[in-house]
Amino acid sequence: MTIPFRLALIKMSPRQLLDNPVLLVVEVGAAVTTVATVLDPSLFAVSITGWLWLTVLFGTLAEAVAEGRGKAQAASLRQLQQTTTARRITASAERAARPVALATLPVEEVPSGSLRAGDVVVVEAGERIPGDGDVIEGVATVDESAVTGESAPVIRESGGDRCAVTGGTVVLSDRIVVRITSDPGQSFVDRMIALVEGSERQKTPNEVALNILLVTLTAVFVLVVATLWPFMDYSGIEPSVLVLVALLVCLIPTTIGALLSAIGIAGMDRLVRRNVLAMSGRAVEAAGDVDVLLLDKTGTITYGNRQAAELFPVDGVTLDALARAAQLSSLADETPEGRSIVDLVHTRGLAQDTTVRAGAELVDFTAMTRMSGIDLPGHRIRKGAGSAVAAWVDNTGGRMLDELDEIVAGISSSGGTPLVVAEQVADRPARVLGVVHLKDVVKEGIRERFDEMRAMGIRTVMITGDNALTARAIAEEAGVDDYLAEATPEDKMALIRKEQEGGRLVAMCGDGTNDAPALAQADVGVAMNTGTSAAKEAGNMVDLDSDPTKLIDVVEIGKQLLITRGALTTFSVANDIAKYFAILPAMFVVAFPQLDTLNLMGLSSPESAILSAVVFNALVIVALIPLALRGVAYRPAAAEVLLRHNILVYGVGGLVAPFLGIKLLDLVISLLPGI
Amino acid sequence: MSSTLPALLQVAALGLLLALTVPPLARYLAHVYSSPRHLAGERLVYRLAGVDPGADQHWRTYLTSVLGFSLVGVLALYAFGRLQQHLPLSLGMSALPADGAFNTAVSFVTNTNWQWYSGEAALGHLMQMSGLTVQNFVSAAVGMAVAVALARGLARTSAEGRVGNFWVDLVRGVVRVLLPISVVGAVVLVALGVVQNFDAPHLVGTLADGSQSLTGGPVASQEVIKELGTNGGGFYNANSAHPFENPNALSNLFEIYLILLVPLAMALAFGRIVGDRRQGRAVLAVMSILLVASIGLLTWAEMAAPGSAPGAAGAAMEGKEVRFGEAGSALFAAATTGTSTGAVNAMHDSLTAPGGLVTLFNMLLGEIAPGGVGSGLYGMLMLAAVTVFLSGLMVGRTPEWLGKKIGQREMTLVALYVLATPAVVLVGAALAISLDAGLAGQQESGPHGLSEVLYAVASAGNNNGSAFAGLMTGTPFYNTLLGLCMLAGRFLPIVFVLALAGRFATQQRVPSGAGTLPTHKPLFVVLLTGVALVVVGLTFVPVLALAPIAEALQ
Repeated sequence: MTIPFRLALIKMSPRQLLDNPVLLVVEVGAAVTTVATVLDPSLFAVSITGWLWLTVLFGTLAEAVAEGRGKAQAASLRQLQQTTTARRITASAERAARPVALATLPVEEVPSGSLRAGDVVVVEAGERIPGDGDVIEGVATVDESAVTGESAPVIRESGGDRCAVTGGTVVLSDRIVVRITSDPGQSFVDRMIALVEGSERQKTPNEVALNILLVTLTAVFVLVVATLWPFMDYSGIEPSVLVLVALLVCLIPTTIGALLSAIGIAGMDRLVRRNVLAMSGRAVEAAGDVDVLLLDKTGTITYGNRQAAELFPVDGVTLDALARAAQLSSLADETPEGRSIVDLVHTRGLAQDTTVRAGAELVDFTAMTRMSGIDLPGHRIRKGAGSAVAAWVDNTGGRMLDELDEIVAGISSSGGTPLVVAEQVADRPARVLGVVHLKDVVKEGIRERFDEMRAMGIRTVMITGDNALTARAIAEEAGVDDYLAEATPEDKMALIRKEQEGGRLVAMCGDGTNDAPALAQADVGVAMNTGTSAAKEAGNMVDLDSDPTKLIDVVEIGKQLLITRGALTTFSVANDIAKYFAILPAMFVVAFPQLDTLNLMGLSSPESAILSAVVFNALVIVALIPLALRGVAYRPAAAEVLLRHNILVYGVGGLVAPFLGIKLLDLVISLLPGI
Repeated sequence: MSSTLPALLQVAALGLLLALTVPPLARYLAHVYSSPRHLAGERLVYRLAGVDPGADQHWRTYLTSVLGFSLVGVLALYAFGRLQQHLPLSLGMSALPADGAFNTAVSFVTNTNWQWYSGEAALGHLMQMSGLTVQNFVSAAVGMAVAVALARGLARTSAEGRVGNFWVDLVRGVVRVLLPISVVGAVVLVALGVVQNFDAPHLVGTLADGSQSLTGGPVASQEVIKELGTNGGGFYNANSAHPFENPNALSNLFEIYLILLVPLAMALAFGRIVGDRRQGRAVLAVMSILLVASIGLLTWAEMAAPGSAPGAAGAAMEGKEVRFGEAGSALFAAATTGTSTGAVNAMHDSLTAPGGLVTLFNMLLGEIAPGGVGSGLYGMLMLAAVTVFLSGLMVGRTPEWLGKKIGQREMTLVALYVLATPAVVLVGAALAISLDAGLAGQQESGPHGLSEVLYAVASAGNNNGSAFAGLMTGTPFYNTLLGLCMLAGRFLPIVFVLALAGRFATQQRVPSGAGTLPTHKPLFVVLLTGVALVVVGLTFVPVLALAPIAEALQ
């Protein structure tokens, strides 16, 4: 905790406080009372002055603590930046080379810090990648744990959507050629360091607007206190600078003024903790405002692979017989579909016998046959698309059943994929056993999350390359509000534009180069870390875990950030009422004893009342630092429900808390001799 | 208490009358300010004035028109006042002093109607009718126009800052709203016994064998717009306490009704203009809560007669007319300070201490419950913007109101608005209380003396115009100070309101959903009421504690 304190002291310099007018006023007030105390010292004056300085310190401490939390992370990131030697392909050689393989070209050794965008370097196993870039030749496994925290190595290859590499990560195998995409000092890691340290933090639009409100309130109270001087003078009360400054500091919104920037830094930090990097605070704020979420079906809504969901036997075949055949044909099938069939049969407790008899021969799926299966002595099993299996059955002299057509059509129209299973025993005509229903399985719990989104007034739109039929079935099952089927990048872009023209804010995530325009167009664009540099460049957030579901978390964090700001502002303003009841009677009771009626808390003496209010005002900042960093408790709900809850907690709470707090402090302070 | 029942009946009758007439008037107002058609007479006015009624003005043009029109009004009234001895129907009155003419000119153009003079002793008929009465109409219409411009700004989407046509709004406000109601209202007032003539002053013998000159005049016609336009400038110095202006309990009730009619109807008209009538009902609800609360408190204070002098006398009847009683006076006082009218039927200086506190608080609220014609609505809407900003954050979105974002620039304008009037009042009162010129006219010292000064400045700064009396304000110091307070208290807010209207009109309208803050539900009504009370409370409680609160707790 010493580092935050030292940082907080540095932040107390008036120049640094120019950004924070509320605290600046407190500091000026503290300076004024210091002079007053020197001129006319007393225990009361010293106590007030001391606590006013503490108020400034606590205010800067909040920001220092918030920034301190990013420091450790920044330190580990800095290690990635150590200069290494890069092997750069000489520009002339590169120009002359095509179509020769780049990796064979002559290289020159340069320090990694001198690489500029456009340079091409060769990196081999065991070497550190010298800068951000795209793989333009080769494929390699890369250890990105230093950036993502994920220990499993990832594959990076040229072309495609997995070509981006980050400077500082380590190539574990093979050799790749990388085209550098960032200039020195502007790499991804540089930006990450700046973000987690909060050093490049700019006030977000809403923060600026809130600051204007705080400045206005401060101005009002400066005016109130300044004009109180002549009013008191007229009323025969000698105004005391010390007391007027104490009143001013208690009235101006010091709580929110002190915590405002900490709330913003902590919001970014909460994202970082979930491995999402927001490129600006503005993006986090926009996330709270999002009206429409565009979600890719695969990976977000469904697990991404079709899985066996149901077995339909036909022609009097028992379920067990079908299950056995389906399982046999899939035992050696390493595709996700194949494994899911085995799993399904297993979980249903069917066909326990899994031994493959000797002489079994696997028939792999080919594009030609569109079937896979297994050949056992005197027994052949095939599974595949309806038409392919029909052709096979027909060939052996077997026949297809009308019953089957109905089932196949039924599965197709529900958005699933029918897999027909048939067997041939000896040389007899083959016969159809039944159908396996393969479908895209919707993730567990996702429907509930969409319900929450709806309650918050956010529309979810599923984006998929599937046909409309499949898309609709999955959309219904997952509970999204709308879907875009057979979506091309252009369709996605058009959808975003259309929503934005209606005044809505759109969030999406994407990874490919063709997602880049849409990511840039969206108000909140979360790029997957596995994606291309173009996508990462276009989005305003990067998810290091590459988990599209994160988009929902991002929205919630944005909302939590805004709610925290509003709640603490309300709390801060509501506090003033109790402070008036503490300080005003204390100030005026000399001339108007009847005003003691307003001393609702029964505070022991005027000095004790004023000091208690000042101490409460300072301590409440410290007490609320954890809340500012953590964010207020938030659960998705309709606006009205959220508002009622937060008003009760922070509005009514802010009204009542200082009455109790000041009274308690007064009980302690009144014990001090001399006050 | 035997007088409780009539007091309640009176309020109930008023409530019924308003409930029956406010909604249809609101419908009519919304139509007036959105209809594309011009009446033949209006077209003639536009042609004579050389304005294009079809032009949709940018907010800056709209503002320039408002300020230019008002400046011309001030100059004309000033000239009237300085030159009235040369004008017909002057009744032999001499020219007003320069500071007095300035004060009066500003007072009537700003819809304040602060009167440092005695109407019957200082002004001729022509000055009253064609000078002051004209301003009574147009200053009210200006307030309505500005409020409508703000409502339009909220209703429009991507309109590049265009908020309507000031000249059309002004002319329609006068021709289609204020004039027709005034004609009917004046006839009703005459029927209820208000005088209306051009006779020379009557000389009558009094019981004590003296003689008295009674000035009649076109009283009913000025009386009706005095109330309807929330102006408050009386024909006579005694204002609505004078039997020629307000002869009986029935005329008293009718005048209170006229005071409240348009400000309340503007709230509902707002809902219609923004296309969501529930919004208007919410604003109306807040106004009504504050108004009913102040009526209740004032009536209680006056009838329970707290304080030693009223206690000894048996009732707080000092400064009140016997024909209205405590309840009739309290109701009038609540209505006239809750709106920016400032007409009085009793001397507010003589109200009980808590009663005086309520009238003062009403004005310090910024005249929003229900406030002046137009100005009450826009004042309330600006506070609604503050409420939306705070509570909007607490639903997890950047604040938006009726689909319009309250961002940095919008908040700046709202903040300046919120700051303007309190600054005028606090600085003005502090100045008056610390200068010899300000203390010179004080009748009392101590808390009551502070109340008197605070009341005068609050009344001027909030364009109310009622006086606490007890303070001699016809001095060059007060005429100048209060004149400046009235100017700043009227036109600074208008600048910010119209600028905000322009910002809103530029913005695209964001569709609302379950995630957006509902601004028509009871919760928002409670919040807005709370914000209004807290904002004013926090600003003025210290000085109020030294003045009426200290007095009331004595």
